[in-house]
Amino acid sequence: MTDQPMRPPRPATPMLRQIQDRPGLKEMALGVPFGLKVIGGILGLGVLAVMALVGYLVVDGRLDGQWYDIRDLGFAVDGLRTWLGDQGVDHRITWIITGALGALGIMSVLGGWLLIGSWVERRVLAKFQIRMGPNRTGPFGLLQPIADAIKLMTKEVVIPRGADRFLYFIPPVLIFIPAMLGWAPIPWAPNMAYLDINVGVLYVIAISSIGVLGVFLAGWSSNNHYSLLGAMRTVAMMISYEIPISLALLSVVLLTQTMSLSEIVAWQGHYHVWMIMLIPFAAFAFLFASTAEINRTPNDIGEAESEIVAGFYTEYSGMKAGLFMGVELGHAILVGALMATFFLGGYTLFGLEEWVPGYLILASKIGAVYFLFVWLRGTLPRFRLDQLMGYAWKFLIPLGILQAFIVAIEASVFARVDAPALITLGAFAVVNIAVTVVLIRFWADRLGYAPSQHATKPVLTDALGGLKAAERIRST
Amino acid sequence: MDSTGIVIGFWALSAITVVSSVLVLLARNLMHALVFLVIAFLGMAGLFITLSADFIAVAQILIYAGSISVLMVFAVMLTPLASRDNGNSLYVLPGLLAGLGIASLVGFVAVDTEWAEHRGAALAQTDFGDTVRTVGQLLLGRYVLAFEIASVLLLFALLGAIVLVQERRRQSAAEGSRESADGAARDGSVL
Amino acid sequence: MTAPGLDEITVTLAHYLVVSGLVFGIGTVIALSKRNAIAVLMGVELMLNAVNLTLIAFSRFSSAFAPGEEPLSGHAFVVFVLTVAAAEAAIALAMAVLLYRRRETVDLDRVNLMRW
Repeated sequence: MTDQPMRPPRPATPMLRQIQDRPGLKEMALGVPFGLKVIGGILGLGVLAVMALVGYLVVDGRLDGQWYDIRDLGFAVDGLRTWLGDQGVDHRITWIITGALGALGIMSVLGGWLLIGSWVERRVLAKFQIRMGPNRTGPFGLLQPIADAIKLMTKEVVIPRGADRFLYFIPPVLIFIPAMLGWAPIPWAPNMAYLDINVGVLYVIAISSIGVLGVFLAGWSSNNHYSLLGAMRTVAMMISYEIPISLALLSVVLLTQTMSLSEIVAWQGHYHVWMIMLIPFAAFAFLFASTAEINRTPNDIGEAESEIVAGFYTEYSGMKAGLFMGVELGHAILVGALMATFFLGGYTLFGLEEWVPGYLILASKIGAVYFLFVWLRGTLPRFRLDQLMGYAWKFLIPLGILQAFIVAIEASVFARVDAPALITLGAFAVVNIAVTVVLIRFWADRLGYAPSQHATKPVLTDALGGLKAAERIRST
Repeated sequence: MDSTGIVIGFWALSAITVVSSVLVLLARNLMHALVFLVIAFLGMAGLFITLSADFIAVAQILIYAGSISVLMVFAVMLTPLASRDNGNSLYVLPGLLAGLGIASLVGFVAVDTEWAEHRGAALAQTDFGDTVRTVGQLLLGRYVLAFEIASVLLLFALLGAIVLVQERRRQSAAEGSRESADGAARDGSVL
Repeated sequence: MTAPGLDEITVTLAHYLVVSGLVFGIGTVIALSKRNAIAVLMGVELMLNAVNLTLIAFSRFSSAFAPGEEPLSGHAFVVFVLTVAAAEAAIALAMAVLLYRRRETVDLDRVNLMRW
């Protein structure tokens, strides 16, 4: 058979045929009705015009600091404050109004994400698993989160008989608090941090340690042995992984000499460097430990969906369970924002934040980190609890301490040396990466983490399984 | 301090803290008392913030509400057959008298003394700026000896806690039988 | 624009000390009158918290610092109190667990082997 390779036969079942006949993205985009194409074209031209206008105004210098500076909504808030002050409004009421506006902005980000995040996660996860996610409810399944919310709200709330009433109602609220409060110190633009405190880093760590108690109370108050076991495992995992997070952030704080999040981002913007380039191990430790803090695969042994029903929130039904699931989403996006702020440069992008609004840059970085989370969820199997605990205590913590030690030396060198920052930071990056690679290989060897088989070239799935194998089996 | 926010914050947070502490005393169940204790810790953290002690407030939340509460929860977990009620012992009345006495004494002294304190504009002037930096410099500068001793103390506490709750291991058969012979009366329960 | 009389309400050092005294007193009552060892520990933690509040209040309000003295030493002191409180809570709870293992109870009324 030297001619072109045989085309695969027509699939056997209707669903497989539907999957094969599904129009690709290009056909769908070109098949849109003409009116929508016109509207889309006008909107696209409008966006380009706005971008050109903003670019012109930025170059002309006329946009800096004005209340209509869309790159930084903090100026709009300042303008509102001065306008209200000129009108004679008491400064306390102005403070309340601007505070409420800021909180409303943050809540809209979080609420908007809860509306579409579920859909994004399920569709992207389905893409990884070669299936289709929700596509029935509304166009492309976009109304699926709303359908889920309506279902959860109308479900009967079943409270177990021996459940402790007072302790049963606290956990959904208590777990949601860190997912909401953690958004406060994150800087969206140079003047757009809602809570620009001097101890932002410590605030973030403290807020995430409150959620631990909520998890435990959920398991305890359910009057169910298995919920309690799931809660104990989850609590043990969460408190173990708080330490690598603190050590990773310690490395960041040592380099930037400040605990304020907006100053950390400003540092990264000033030196045109991302923290992940300088201390990659801290970024990895933060990422991995955060997936454990928020109970996400591969560290979701607490609520392993295929193993122990739902772990600590098994006995919760209705909107309470909905809150737990929503918290997982909200917390994931918060960790994405923190990762972007600490290690990926926040609202800065090597100088692009002068042209593009900082919050858009940060939003795209958050999306990228969230995509990484979903990628991890779709690819990695779940770790066992003893593997997880061993990894935290025996691997991440000692190496985190060593990394903090090395970064402390580098920070003092950085403060004393007079060379241009690029050279010193480049040297730090090289040293850190070399030390990280050596340490990880050496330490993993000592701990016995050697992979039992070497990675070979990837084998195409159609030879081993998937659609072709299914057809072959079905046709014989 | 005459900033309205701080005044409102002080009264609200003091009420929360004191009421939660009283509820820790009056709760019927140990877990309820624990929850009220956490609320009292959070109220205290709020009071620290009204005093411009941002670092201490966040450290309080991190250490007390985040770690010590979980420690207590684990202790409740590891004592499964113990009673979980928050009952009073025989010394309720002396305890109550002692507590009331101390509280009234401190209150009287607090109200009656002419404290050498800043007021009004001087208070706003001496407000703390960046507490973290200064506290760090103090800890590693003037109070470095206490800092080192505290770290050694933490190390001892860690080791001590581990040694205390270690299971006793049987060294050899003879020793084991001897131990089990006279240990049977004492060491009953194994977790 | 300001509510009449609202600007005259201030919070002084005495207010914080009264709150601290109240919490200390309540902590004492809990520590002295509870049967459960863990409840006694809760009382002790409340007492330590009250002391922290006193230290921070003095650090903020006091005008009696010597010229070279740093008002934030109160904060450093509180850091040490927090550290020692955490260490002591760990040891106390380890002892409670050990007590439970020996006697199957954490009831302090039953632990009276050394009473007269």
